[in-house]
Amino acid sequence: MSAKLKPLHRLDLRNGCVDMSHGSGGRAASQLIEELFVRHFDNELLGQRNDQAAFDVGAGRMVMSVDAHVISPIFFPGGDIGSLAVHGTVNDVAMSGARPLYLSAAFILEEGYPLADLDRIVASMARAAREAGVAIVTGDTKVVERGKGDGVFITTTGVGIVPEGIHISGDRARPGDAILVSGTLGDHGVAIMSSRENLQFETTIQSDSAPLNTLVADMVAAVPDIHCMRDPTRGGLASTLNELAQQSGVGMMLRESAIPIREEVAAACELLGLDPLYLANEGKLIAICPQGKAERLLDTMRAHPLGANSAIIGQVIEDSYALVQMETRFGGSRVVDWLAGDPLPRIC
Amino acid sequence: MKYIDEFRQHDLARTLADAIAREAQGDRSYHLMEFCGGHTHAIFRYGVQDLMPANVTFVHGPGCPVCVLPVGRIDQAMRLVEQHDHVILCTYGDLLRVPASGRKSLLKAKAAGADVRMVYSTTDALKIARDNPEREVVFFAIGFETTTPPSAVAVKQAHAEGLKNFSIFSNHLLTPAAIQNILESPEVRELGSVRIDGFFGPSHVSSIIGTQPYEFFAEEFQRPVVIAGFEPLDVMQSALMLIRQINAGRHEVENEYTRVVTREGNVKAKALVAEVFELRRSFEWRGLGTVPYSAFKVKEAYAGFDCERRFDMPAVAAADNKGCECPAILRGAKRPTDCKLFATVCTPDNPLGSCMVSSEGACAAYWSYGRFRGAAANHDARRSRT
Repeated sequence: MSAKLKPLHRLDLRNGCVDMSHGSGGRAASQLIEELFVRHFDNELLGQRNDQAAFDVGAGRMVMSVDAHVISPIFFPGGDIGSLAVHGTVNDVAMSGARPLYLSAAFILEEGYPLADLDRIVASMARAAREAGVAIVTGDTKVVERGKGDGVFITTTGVGIVPEGIHISGDRARPGDAILVSGTLGDHGVAIMSSRENLQFETTIQSDSAPLNTLVADMVAAVPDIHCMRDPTRGGLASTLNELAQQSGVGMMLRESAIPIREEVAAACELLGLDPLYLANEGKLIAICPQGKAERLLDTMRAHPLGANSAIIGQVIEDSYALVQMETRFGGSRVVDWLAGDPLPRIC
Repeated sequence: MKYIDEFRQHDLARTLADAIAREAQGDRSYHLMEFCGGHTHAIFRYGVQDLMPANVTFVHGPGCPVCVLPVGRIDQAMRLVEQHDHVILCTYGDLLRVPASGRKSLLKAKAAGADVRMVYSTTDALKIARDNPEREVVFFAIGFETTTPPSAVAVKQAHAEGLKNFSIFSNHLLTPAAIQNILESPEVRELGSVRIDGFFGPSHVSSIIGTQPYEFFAEEFQRPVVIAGFEPLDVMQSALMLIRQINAGRHEVENEYTRVVTREGNVKAKALVAEVFELRRSFEWRGLGTVPYSAFKVKEAYAGFDCERRFDMPAVAAADNKGCECPAILRGAKRPTDCKLFATVCTPDNPLGSCMVSSEGACAAYWSYGRFRGAAANHDARRSRT
């Protein structure tokens, strides 16, 4: 990021394309960084133009998380790969109860990718980061030959600090605990599918992609004793609950009638033969807390704009098989297993 | 959701459950085979078995097109796409993970570089053919009478457009022939090792072929048939209708799914199928063996769109995995939990048999929705032995 030679022409953000020189480390690379990334991500640490960002940290536990994003299509109803790359990592950091502070971003660009699209993605990332209150303070760009990538891949790493007295972990679910979700499930999965090239159908569903850190901050302030928290992204609610059940060595019993699902999502799933419990979400979380604190936690979640449709969907039970089961709306019961294979290729 | 929630109502389910409990006489048992995987799936997904009295048993039938496709047919398709670089093989998603010989599958062939594409409809396959005029596009056509009309439409459309690079690999099957085969099997007829007191008739298939084709074997084999919708209340209502017939000693074809199915079925769709397809003299089904007049091939008039005529595709004799009980499970002779491989080395993540692949397969349904019953039962059995 230290090249000082001024290029003769500005980047052609309207008609230009990524070419191999943008990843070469030379003048073209520097120009891409200056005129695109730094312009959008503009912040003091990035502005120092060092190969690393240096910052002071307060006392307490730090958390760190990384997420690689390879989504198709790159732009979808309710977001794009840029906003998703910010939300994904902000949320992974926040699920520990932490306050996310800084992000890094690494881009793998395919030769020939339109600079106009890249500009749109980076602007969207910058907006998402501002909204989440985090700064993108360091980054990297590589270019691969045409045909060796899929337009753009983005990897983001995030760091954050956990407030004093918070110990959230996937192995802390205990029999009797309540299981909560922060809103309707499957919105992101259906939004992505509806815009896939070979599966276009008309829907008003938007991706739920959103930063959950302010919701989490309210939750841990109201109920510091939250046992587990996780965002049900790929694999959906079903797979995430199975992860937690396994990690904690407990079973779970859900009530199907309590699980919030939009009618449009349910309808799309009927049509495609999918189960909304296995669809990805990008702006929802699962929380597990002691039964006695559940109502308080629910009220706090519902008071936040991103948690308005929160619900208590079941409870943790003793079960040496660590199975997630569900009382069906119909009046029977069934196991809710891990996702096997992939409901569709590459949701995120 | 309109037209869906009505058929999943808890209160009605309870009322029906009470009616079934009253109707099912305590001194006898009822073995009801659901032919279709769609019914198997509904029974497990909604927990219908929980609402049934102990003397009513669901016997899972072979009605999952992916499950009954013999390994050799997948091997044939695999060879085609592996040996011809210019072939694009299109198929429905379920088929991609079905195990072929040598621990291969179409999904693995795709990863190794073969051009295998998942499509949602035959129109997608046609589009791929139009977009790739220099390539040969083969649609791996599979399914019962429900998916045959769309394949017929695709062939007619390709013919009308003069598409020279599109053909189908027909594996379309006929339901009544398979049901008859099950009823004629020695396990049912002579040995009595498989008890089937009545049938849930297919729902989507019957929307095409109507109720008439079942009349012959209801009479001949003296078993009642109730055409049942795929929603859980449909299944329960149909169970009640079957039990009433059995109690009264009747063996008629009744139609529970009247909102969709008529006696004649979809006349237009049947005409389309008859125009493009003709019966094969015989076809091999996994589990049932060779069943006469149970599958369709492309008619001579559309020979140019028949992949088996277009390419040299010798039949492949392939054996199932030795320990796999899929064949017996497909005939209703065994349950998934009777198979040594079930839930040990054969799971949905690593299926050794086809019944573990499709969500309509009995093994996949057992695993995904009902595994705990088996696990708990085994656990209890072990405890009672010690």
